[in-house]
Amino acid sequence: MRKLLLYFVIISVGVIYTGRLSYLQLFNDNVVATDLTNDSAIKTVYDYPQRGYVYDRNGVLLVANQPSYDVMVIPREVKEFDIPQFCKLLKITEEEYQKKIEKAKRYSWRIPSVFVAQMAKKDYAYLQEKMHRFKGFYIQKRSIRNYQTAVGANVLGSIAEVNNADLEKNPYYQSGELIGKTGIEKSYEDVLRGVKGVKYIQKDIHNKVLGSYKNGRHDTLAVNGRDIQITIDSKLQEYGEKLMINKRGGIVAIEPSSGEILALVTAPSYNPNLLVGRKRSKNYTKLHYDSINKPLYDRGLLAMYPPGSPFKTLNALVALQEEVITPQTTYTCRNGYIYGRSGRKMGCHCGSGKRNVVNGVAKSCNAYFANAYRQIISNYETPREGMNVWSNHIKSFGLGDYFDNDLSTGRKGRIPTGDYYTDSYFKHNKWHVLNTISNAIGQGQVEMTPIQLAHMTATIANRGHYFTPHIIKSIDGKPIENDHFTKPKYTTIDKEHFEPVIQGMHDVFSMKKGGTAKWLNVPGIEICGKTGTAENFAIIDSVRTQLTDHSIFVAFAPKDNPKIAIAVFVENGYYGARWAGKISSLMIEKYLKGEITLKAMEKLVLEKSLEDEYAKPLSGEPFTINE
Amino acid sequence: MSREVKFIKKIDWFSILLYFLLVGIGWINIYSASVTTASTGFLDMSELYGKQLVFIITSIFLIILILSIEAKFYERFSSIIYIAGLLSLIGVIIFGKNINGATSWYAIGGFTLQPSEFAKVTTVLALAKFLSDIQTNIYNFKHQLIAFAIILSPPLLIMLQPDAGSAMVYMAFFFVMYREGLPAIYLWIGLLLILLFIITLKLGYIITIVATLIIGLVCIFYFFRKQLKRKRQTSLAITSLVTAIMFILAVNYIFYNVFKQHHRDRFTLVLGLEKDPVKLEKMRKTFGFNTNQSEIAIGSGGFWGKGWLKGTRTRGDFVPAQDTDYIFTTVSEEWGFLGSAIVIFLFVVLLLRILNRAEQQKNKFSRVYGYSVAAILFFHFAINIGMVIGLFPTVGIPLPFFSYGGSGLWGFTILLFIFIKLDANRINEW
Repeated sequence: MRKLLLYFVIISVGVIYTGRLSYLQLFNDNVVATDLTNDSAIKTVYDYPQRGYVYDRNGVLLVANQPSYDVMVIPREVKEFDIPQFCKLLKITEEEYQKKIEKAKRYSWRIPSVFVAQMAKKDYAYLQEKMHRFKGFYIQKRSIRNYQTAVGANVLGSIAEVNNADLEKNPYYQSGELIGKTGIEKSYEDVLRGVKGVKYIQKDIHNKVLGSYKNGRHDTLAVNGRDIQITIDSKLQEYGEKLMINKRGGIVAIEPSSGEILALVTAPSYNPNLLVGRKRSKNYTKLHYDSINKPLYDRGLLAMYPPGSPFKTLNALVALQEEVITPQTTYTCRNGYIYGRSGRKMGCHCGSGKRNVVNGVAKSCNAYFANAYRQIISNYETPREGMNVWSNHIKSFGLGDYFDNDLSTGRKGRIPTGDYYTDSYFKHNKWHVLNTISNAIGQGQVEMTPIQLAHMTATIANRGHYFTPHIIKSIDGKPIENDHFTKPKYTTIDKEHFEPVIQGMHDVFSMKKGGTAKWLNVPGIEICGKTGTAENFAIIDSVRTQLTDHSIFVAFAPKDNPKIAIAVFVENGYYGARWAGKISSLMIEKYLKGEITLKAMEKLVLEKSLEDEYAKPLSGEPFTINE
Repeated sequence: MSREVKFIKKIDWFSILLYFLLVGIGWINIYSASVTTASTGFLDMSELYGKQLVFIITSIFLIILILSIEAKFYERFSSIIYIAGLLSLIGVIIFGKNINGATSWYAIGGFTLQPSEFAKVTTVLALAKFLSDIQTNIYNFKHQLIAFAIILSPPLLIMLQPDAGSAMVYMAFFFVMYREGLPAIYLWIGLLLILLFIITLKLGYIITIVATLIIGLVCIFYFFRKQLKRKRQTSLAITSLVTAIMFILAVNYIFYNVFKQHHRDRFTLVLGLEKDPVKLEKMRKTFGFNTNQSEIAIGSGGFWGKGWLKGTRTRGDFVPAQDTDYIFTTVSEEWGFLGSAIVIFLFVVLLLRILNRAEQQKNKFSRVYGYSVAAILFFHFAINIGMVIGLFPTVGIPLPFFSYGGSGLWGFTILLFIFIKLDANRINEW
């Protein structure tokens, strides 16, 4: 038996090794397939599909494609050649050549990197004939964007070369490829991009092409990107951007019955065509470093402002729902709300008198809402409890959190809870409801983005339910079926409580009732709205300085079966009706009528520039506000 | 018939044929792995394949020399040869040339000599001599110790170079000792320790200890209940159990505290200790690079291979040490599954042939010698190819007759042809 051990072991090892070899060589295809791109003997040729087109809600083409030609380099395959001639063809200097080739080598000797990106078509035609002289270089055709519109840069977003972080995150991408960086290009990257086709070509030692690798067994066909239709109305968007020229802020318009975003304006903005092609990086740098205008900052989605008076509508609704007031309840305004032992006063400009919920909203009476708010919170044993209840009602509108929708960016805003005040703000449990009284009028700790304001308005317009705001309408002609977007969500406020508040918002435009926007009526359209004026501060030379108030306005129209809900925010525009209200009315008329009859108002808005207002804090000299 | 003619008739020509086949195929592959566009011809001495051809030609002279020396010479002078081998191993540590961090080479003029490749021959001679001595009794514990001393002295010196791969090969003598009657308990203990080693690393030491305790106690109480009444058996069983647990703890300690990270990584990779697929992929791409690349190259060969000089991965310098330790990769890529299977087949046939001839020896010295040759060649073959095809951790030892290197080729040639000489002499009882 002892004699047989080694025989047995030798034969077993022979059999096991042969088995392992047959596994590696005959049955294990993926070892080869996954590593084809790293194989120096196999040339990988990519076929980039057309990126999907983007249309607006009315079928207007917004984004198409144009071909672009990149000169690529594989450093290890570069042989000696006439560098000066090559540089002349590419219109670069020899120093630039050295810099670029070093950069490519640092990235990889084997994997191609972009040498010169996105050449003009005529340069390409000329270069292509001579390309065979420059071993290791070749031309890769790609498709880049061709914007058919000059507006909506923040919505449409842009594509750019993948960076290292993208490469690490997603193995699909190779250096030099393009990826959606912002806007819908980012959020619908997978849909728009399609799938690149890959061809593997076998080469011999001398880099000569032998033909398709394994008869194309591993090759894949390119899948074209899918076209999408977005909910934006490009005419409305364009008009909104026009109105916002020389102002800062945002406009967001939503269709209440669907949650579709009709317009998403941020100002200042830029022409999307600036970020296409070879000039992209230069322009991008310019936009990126413009720290005064911040054109790349989407104020409609990202700017958290105190919502100001429009927030009163929510307080009215919560108070009605909590049954601490009825539509008949009145509070007396004494040019403000006087509270606390020392008799502090929150001023009010509504002109003193008895206020109920309807004319409280219409005249934006601070005292009325301070009373109502105090009632809501005091209805519970501790202010903490009361605040938590209040906060839950407000959050049932989808506020104070991300929408979790298909916009590439966003902010949570802030709807404070009682716990927040106890744990984070005061850090003790002995605070009083009056410590938070500013929330009654949408100042204090409450913060919202313009899209949240528009969404709030849409929810009021719907009398208590909403659809999560979204930007996609259809993909490849098929309407979306995402329940998150198409199923209504309900607030904690009963439907009947909305009527008095909406009546108040309607009276905002009423001459007879003395509403705050009585001069902003659009003939033939029943608008409901709410003005807002928010105090704001900036740190100038390390001194907290008050700036001119933000001008805020929310509105929806028509009153019954509303078609549009809108929020307008104009930084330092002073009182709500001054700029934001006018812009709202113009936008509503534009959308519902398709033309503008309020010519004088339009002219005023178009001609007015707030640049001198924005220059004040930067001037370094003392200045006056709210003039 | 003259004596010479008889001798030539008795030579095992089949083994010699296999030897030249393997050396020839080896050279063809070294040529493929090292040829460049600047090469001038087969005998281009600036290229590895040119040097290897010179080594092969000198091997033929060596063969003639070995076959013409009296067979008795090897047995008679084995002790002296063994001592000379030990001295050369000591000398290399003092006078040797350091290449890649190991002092394993004598530099003589333009070329280098690796004494550890010859120490195998000297050890085999000494062991064969000792075991075939009429006074040696393998069942005697003292004699077992002497045998182990002969076997383990060279690898201990080799470890000082340090060259763990070459030292590891001496484990091959275990087969020889077993064949010659070493009690089977050594085999079982050896296997058990290997098993414990793997399980400890795979499952962690706590689980292993608990499992060992449970299994051990169950065995003691249920199977040996009757014998346990005797005190000696009880203490033996308990001692074994304690030893096993100490071993587990030692494995755990040595693996995590004595082993260097790169040693650990090799085991981690082969035993599949890393669960995180991302980290695993990273490991495969970094220190598992050789094996990973080698597996890809082998896989790309397919059934028929890419053909001689067409192995694109071989030629793309993807697999390191392509001429030496990883030469089998070239075989697999260029000659495909067919070629690799043939090479494995040739090796297995040669090993079985040597084994067979060894068993037929009437002279015990020849038998032990032949058996040792088979065992050593087998170890090289199994570890080298096992590593290349990813079944073994990376251990740098050459593939006999294939890998580039003069010392290696000469060492294996001497090892094999001394046996062929002994074998040819077997009827001619001395």
